[in-house]
Amino acid sequence: MKETEKLLEIRHLHKDYGEGTILEDVSLDIHKGEVVVLIGPSGCGKSTFLRCINGLEPIQSGEIFLDGENIIANKTKWSEVRQKIGMVFQSYDLFPHMTVLDNILLGPTKVQRRDKKEATAEAEKLLERVGLLDRKDAYPRQLSGGQKQRVAIVRALIMKPEIMLFDEVTAALDPEMVREVLDVMLELAKSGSTMMIVTHEMQFARAVADKIVFLDGGEIVETGAPEDFFNSPKTERASRFLHTFTFDQVK
Amino acid sequence: MQDLGIRVLFMGNNFMRLLGGLWVTIQLSLISILLSVIFGILLGIVMTLKNPVTKCITRIYLEFIRIMPQLVLLFLVYFGATKAFGINLSGETSAVIVFTLWGTAEMGDLVRGALISIPKHQYESGAALGMENAQIYRYIIIPQTLRRLIPLSINLATRMIKTTSLIVMIGVVEVLKVGQQIIEANRYTVPDSALWIYVTIFFLYFLVCWPFSVLAGKLEKKWKN
Repeated sequence: MKETEKLLEIRHLHKDYGEGTILEDVSLDIHKGEVVVLIGPSGCGKSTFLRCINGLEPIQSGEIFLDGENIIANKTKWSEVRQKIGMVFQSYDLFPHMTVLDNILLGPTKVQRRDKKEATAEAEKLLERVGLLDRKDAYPRQLSGGQKQRVAIVRALIMKPEIMLFDEVTAALDPEMVREVLDVMLELAKSGSTMMIVTHEMQFARAVADKIVFLDGGEIVETGAPEDFFNSPKTERASRFLHTFTFDQVK
Repeated sequence: MQDLGIRVLFMGNNFMRLLGGLWVTIQLSLISILLSVIFGILLGIVMTLKNPVTKCITRIYLEFIRIMPQLVLLFLVYFGATKAFGINLSGETSAVIVFTLWGTAEMGDLVRGALISIPKHQYESGAALGMENAQIYRYIIIPQTLRRLIPLSINLATRMIKTTSLIVMIGVVEVLKVGQQIIEANRYTVPDSALWIYVTIFFLYFLVCWPFSVLAGKLEKKWKN
């Protein structure tokens, strides 16, 4: 791809918590419309990496450019940057005191100060897309985990972000609800959204990704197209990791 | 004819006197509750700080006030202050001081509990939407804190109203004391007036506290997450 299409550039990102290094010299480019899936063993820094990108975690050194602008600079207004970077969390984190619709409208009406009617119309359209229009007046406690997560995705989408970050969004779900959430994400990928996804669902990673990034021990060990990565990983660490997802026949 | 003790209520201005006593009870309670809410919110915020010094001090304060029976606190302030510092506090002032000290401790703990019960992720998902800190508090944190807090603090208020009956012991003439005076004054003419007076006082307390209780229950149900 051409240089000009770069949406997000991460250069030599370094993050530590004092006692140990979490991310070591991580560099990564994400182009417009690209779906990057981060995989790796637990504790390898995948989630922290995502959280650094929208400033939920401070970093010790390195640079992150969004649309060519360094967002690590001191004068960064995170509230503005975060409107361009949507994020969905593992634990959904809907606001329990608001209905589904109010959850979704909070961002557009209070942060972006958009017209409520227009925002409502869009919220309803998005809810319809994820199959939840009939639940718009429900409270989060009345929804299943999968439904909550789909609402959380809509809540991030309505801000019209340039890139969406998904932090293990299916990890807290019952197995039968994983699919409905992944389907929404597949559909987003198809419609050309730029996404960074942290997941443990390997089949899904393979299906949705344009690029797989394998992290281990706080550094990027391998990147590659999904077919290459899953069929013939170049590094030993990656093949060992992938091996944990398969079982040898007992008989 | 069987002498009905209830007539003592309608002798002279006895009933009005009881209501007057109730008014003293309500005034002292409301002043204490109001002060407790103000100081309690501040205390609760201080208690969530990670500073070990404030943590230790607030902890000691809370435990001290909770372990002491309110009556002991009343005696301590009313008699103790006079003895130790030569300050002559009126019963009413002592009562407000003690109930404010107690209410602040309890309210502070409620506020602390409500604040720390909001998961960190609520702040983060607000931030991820691009909200400023002030917006996160206004739209996400404070509404949720209040929902947890209001039913609990209403219950605390009713407890405080009821407990003010102890201030009889430091000579404040509130509803219970007025009742005792009426009973004493009619001991020979209406010997069984005690039952009627105390039943009346029971209903007066009930009438004051019950609406609060109902309200707290309703809100709790409505805001249950």
